[in-house]
Amino acid sequence: MDYFLTDEQKMIVDLARKIAEEKVVPVRAELDEKEEFPWKIMEDLGKADLFGIYIPEKYGGFGGGCFENCLAVEQLGRACIGVATTFAASGLGAFPILFWGSEEQRQKYLPEIASGRKLAAFGLTEAGAGSDAGGIRTTATKDGDDYILNGTKQWITNGGEAEIYTIIALTDREKGARGASAFIVEKGEAGFSFGKKERKMGLRASSTRELIFDHCRIPKDRLIGREGMGFIVAMKTLDLARPGIGALSVGLSQGALDAAVQYAKERVQFGNPIISFQAVQHMLADMATQTEAGRALVYAVARYIDSNPKDIRKVSAMAKLFPSDVAMQVTTDAVQVFGGYGYMKDYPVEKMMRDAKILQIYEGTNQIQRSVIGQALNKEYSRTK
Amino acid sequence: MNIIACIKQVPNSAHVRIDPETKALVREGVESIVNPYDMHALEAGLSLKERYGGKVTVLTMGPPQAEAALREALSCGADEAVLLSDRAFAGSDTWATTYILSLGIEKIGHFDLIICGKQAIDGDTAQVGPGLAERLNIPYVTYVRRIEFVENGAMRVQRLMDDGYDVLDLPLPALLTVVKEINEPRLPSLKAKIRAKNQQIPVYGAKELGADEKKIGLAGSFTEVTEIFAPKWDRKRLMIEGPVEKQVEVLLKNIKQI
Repeated sequence: MDYFLTDEQKMIVDLARKIAEEKVVPVRAELDEKEEFPWKIMEDLGKADLFGIYIPEKYGGFGGGCFENCLAVEQLGRACIGVATTFAASGLGAFPILFWGSEEQRQKYLPEIASGRKLAAFGLTEAGAGSDAGGIRTTATKDGDDYILNGTKQWITNGGEAEIYTIIALTDREKGARGASAFIVEKGEAGFSFGKKERKMGLRASSTRELIFDHCRIPKDRLIGREGMGFIVAMKTLDLARPGIGALSVGLSQGALDAAVQYAKERVQFGNPIISFQAVQHMLADMATQTEAGRALVYAVARYIDSNPKDIRKVSAMAKLFPSDVAMQVTTDAVQVFGGYGYMKDYPVEKMMRDAKILQIYEGTNQIQRSVIGQALNKEYSRTK
Repeated sequence: MNIIACIKQVPNSAHVRIDPETKALVREGVESIVNPYDMHALEAGLSLKERYGGKVTVLTMGPPQAEAALREALSCGADEAVLLSDRAFAGSDTWATTYILSLGIEKIGHFDLIICGKQAIDGDTAQVGPGLAERLNIPYVTYVRRIEFVENGAMRVQRLMDDGYDVLDLPLPALLTVVKEINEPRLPSLKAKIRAKNQQIPVYGAKELGADEKKIGLAGSFTEVTEIFAPKWDRKRLMIEGPVEKQVEVLLKNIKQI
């Protein structure tokens, strides 16, 4: 289907696809098996200028928006969402600096992120604060010209590998979520260390780790925005990033569909390729339709976000919710189309199905997305009546 | 350093077929790519530029659509591109091609180094690189697997051999043809792609190059393709059974009969 991309957008797709096919597909099974961080691929993506897609030109980026970023993420997700998540999570870490950081912070950090020389990461989740992000316990205590951080962040994507971390911590414990603030912490700072690297069901090329702050002292100019803005920064960052998870999901669904159709054309049973059987055809038809519907939704929402609307929470939740549920369904069906072979590690769909599950969980579970959409509807309809 | 990388647009050999009548490659409907060895030549040029400064110009001879190959090279970081294209060039063999390329290089002007891939995957002759160096009367080394350094108007390279490699010094200007072991070609970058899209690529025909029409195209070519065929290769399969000693005996007998 033609989404009427500009020449520049087509270049992004072509480039991301080339890297996905030439650099990611040949190594994805090995990265998955060894739980190996894809540094070589990150270097390639950096050299290709893809880390700077959404970063303004004056900070060394390409000057695109959410939509352009989604186009790249989708192509990478088609090959491996572990790799695509690593790439996209650097953006998640960069968004708070880009949208709420000071000019000095932007000039210092964004060019390094745009060039891919340094990866970024975003630290919000804690053991006791998952869906209830307001329950964070990490603190940042003002001490003269510094802040001192204490606490442990959990399941942080790019943890240990990234150089630049945006961390949400409480500057005022009394106020709860309204007492949260956002900070930039650099790898190697005294009192900042990494805990265990998680072993996961899928997404195994991506690094997921604890961040441990033990009297970690950082200068006060690392505060993003003002004290007390942390929770807003975190929520709006996630709003901006959710279509990216949608794009990742669309990519994964497409990858699974590609594999399933190709296999169904080759696999012969009862004397015919299995694609000639209606039972298989209907599965593939649903997979293709759902994938395309997800893509149309992600593209529409991403383009809408780039028009700078006031409130994107509801639509961005939709752009994460629908395609990720689709990805779970489509990858499960892809394994079904492959039958017993699909359950074996010799074919890529087994990994795709394991990978898909995370899409319904991270960056806000799909139950949370439904709550966000439901609350928005409640608000909308009381306004208009 | 002023470096010229010679590239060729070739049909993707995975999908190529040969016209039984004309014995020529059928290019229509087949995806075109930059000859893979030439991407290594370009990469060698780009990394020399990174080490020693200067610029990299890509040069190709081909139909107007060969411009796409040049734009791909520009997307990877080449500074300039030149296309040699003229209906009169059609049918040129390696002899005529080296003549036309040598005129193109004169047109580009000053150069320190020319780098070519060791051969193209369509013709597989490996003649154009050395032939071009002969035309230009400059030293050349083929099958280069490593460029060690460039110093005081000379360079040291390693030439891949069957049983190892040679280390050779040669004065500049010179020509190298490279093997794929030399490097890993870089991918295009977004910024270079956008720059490449709008970059002017000069196109020179026979007239602009001042080419002698008797030396170009079919008229200037000595090569004539009279027949193309897949050689017959009858394989026989022989299963040897029985005790090992017996098997060895039978095997030895058969080998001696070959």
